[in-house]
Amino acid sequence: MSLVGHQPPPIFRRGLAPVARLLVFVAICLAMLVADLRFRYLEVLRNGLSVVTYPLQMAAATPADFVRNASRYFGTLIEVQLDNAELRRQQLGSGERLLRFELLEQENAELRGLLGMAQRLEVKSIAAEILYDAPDPFARKVILDRGAQQGVEAGLAVVDPSGVIGQVTRVHPVQSEVTLLTDRNQAIPVQVVRNGLRGVLFGAGRGRLEMRFVLPDSDIQAGDRLVTSGLDGVFVPGLPVATVSAVDHDSDSFARIDCEPLAGVERSVQVLVVGRAAYPPPPPEHWAGRGR
Amino acid sequence: MQPTNRSSRILLPVRLWFIYLSLLVALGLEYIPSGRFPGVPDWVALVLAFWCIREPLRIGVGAGFIFGLLLDIGLGAAMGQHALAYVVLAWLANGVARRVLWFSPLQQALHVLPILLVAQLLMVLVRLVAGAEFPGWTYFLSSFTGLLLWLPLTFLLLLPQYQPVDRDDNRPI
Repeated sequence: MSLVGHQPPPIFRRGLAPVARLLVFVAICLAMLVADLRFRYLEVLRNGLSVVTYPLQMAAATPADFVRNASRYFGTLIEVQLDNAELRRQQLGSGERLLRFELLEQENAELRGLLGMAQRLEVKSIAAEILYDAPDPFARKVILDRGAQQGVEAGLAVVDPSGVIGQVTRVHPVQSEVTLLTDRNQAIPVQVVRNGLRGVLFGAGRGRLEMRFVLPDSDIQAGDRLVTSGLDGVFVPGLPVATVSAVDHDSDSFARIDCEPLAGVERSVQVLVVGRAAYPPPPPEHWAGRGR
Repeated sequence: MQPTNRSSRILLPVRLWFIYLSLLVALGLEYIPSGRFPGVPDWVALVLAFWCIREPLRIGVGAGFIFGLLLDIGLGAAMGQHALAYVVLAWLANGVARRVLWFSPLQQALHVLPILLVAQLLMVLVRLVAGAEFPGWTYFLSSFTGLLLWLPLTFLLLLPQYQPVDRDDNRPI
């Protein structure tokens, strides 16, 4: 800055100094990271800007689609026949069980009616296929080939034939993102089948699960089966989730409970998106403000 | 063909639309679902570093921020994760631009490697603070793939600038 107040000539004018510019952008980035990871404020911005990236993403996914379809087309006949025989066998088994299930469901509805209890909620389900692992290497997520257009909503449970594998966390028009149970930021409320003990199951990374906040003297042992409790109002109750593999009652404040998922959480391909057709009534007024 | 400041070759001026086109193509390459295959190069980081070194007056932290944000949205990563990494990467690349261009392409690649690693390290730190799982050391393999790709990438991205306007045998250079 000269003393007589002349501006520098335009060829030397380059705006903010590099360090200042860096600091401004780093500050913006950090603010966004906190807003997104801590408070989830930026979903609106994400959805808005995904209009720009979506066509590019669709174009980029085409070669992967092509490879997948080609490999399926060239699958051998023997493979298909073996598959078919296996499926027929399973169908026979599940058909018989389904017959009994229908009878029991009817009986249950009648008994509930007699006792004057609320009916079990209606369940809706959408068949889907896992397309590929989500590209974010820090999370355990997969992409499904069904989206908002087919009725998928955020929060629905995703199950394979043997149990829950995860939860829909983000919905795009024709695809959706599922966070697997083994992701460290994923939690699912569960219940021990044997005695109805409730707890919350968290992902522990590396394909393992951990049940937290259970008191050390609770009645839980290795081999117990865990199913969804449905207390969150999101998951359908009674879906099988995991078995307890090891319990350490001697830790300081809470028991340390390692679990193994029943479903092929990181392996299955064909899945079902399951959710409640109607939402339960909202909690009473005085609950508000006591955490989520 | 030696695209360094030492070589006597004069390049045509770069066209701004070509810079942004190459960045968009890199963005598209990044969106190709590659599963958990280790060592897939970070295309946007590479191309961005290239232009930040080649054209420090035109491409800088602003472009890094915008393309980082687009990547965050497309990949479903935390908002600002790639943006932060690329802003720092662009700043570092801008800073070393004057120096790096005096080296041969192979030595240039060795200068770029630590910059790519710093960007990856920043992303890991951000996500670990947020409680994510450490993706394993193979995650850093992609920077080394980038190192190998630097030479072909330099050739490819400078190709439009190599074309001579008219050939004159009497011209000294």
